[in-house]
Amino acid sequence: MLNQLIDIVIYILLAIGVFFNILAGIGLLRFPDVYTRLHAGTKCTTFGSIFLCGSVILYGLRMWILGNVDGSIWVIHTGIALVAILLTNPTGAHALARAAHRSGVKPVGAVIDELENKPTKKSANKMEAKK
Amino acid sequence: MNFFGIPDIYLVILGLLFLSIIMAIIRVIKGPTAPDRIVGLDTINTIVIVSMIIFGLAAGSVIYVDVAIVYAFLSFISTLFIAKYLEGGEF
Repeated sequence: MLNQLIDIVIYILLAIGVFFNILAGIGLLRFPDVYTRLHAGTKCTTFGSIFLCGSVILYGLRMWILGNVDGSIWVIHTGIALVAILLTNPTGAHALARAAHRSGVKPVGAVIDELENKPTKKSANKMEAKK
Repeated sequence: MNFFGIPDIYLVILGLLFLSIIMAIIRVIKGPTAPDRIVGLDTINTIVIVSMIIFGLAAGSVIYVDVAIVYAFLSFISTLFIAKYLEGGEF
């Protein structure tokens, strides 16, 4: 009884994760701009992979509690993979957005760009060196 | 259908993830500017990591999860490197 219930929970988690990953693909195709595409391509995949890894962790936990020690390997390794995704994905997105802005890509439909005349760290250092 | 002994529901899930990867590949090919293509590549990397974990669950072997961990860190390093290159700064 409890076994089948956990199976149903695993399938629901898989469905939610796949739904958000497909939303990421659709958003990448439909959005007009680099910055809005970053929203779709990074946030949706991070949120979806939380649920997909959660289903694998639940599978391993059930195996572990029922007495099979191999389940602990599933739980720990998938947890490490989830932490790796959660740490690296937003950092990469931040670096990409900064690189896109500095390489001169403008947001579509933006009226004002407040970062336009703001000196970057390197150019500020050069200005100080000239003085 | 019995495809390498993988249950049907995991085949459906892997197919849907593959559909999402194809949509990202279309963005990589079409993308008007260079940052668009890199955003598509970043999305493809994340979905490949997750589908490796799900394939490991379906095939019943933990080694795919270990490969996914290494792939995550390597793809992060490559994304940071390409972003630095687009920025045009000194390394």
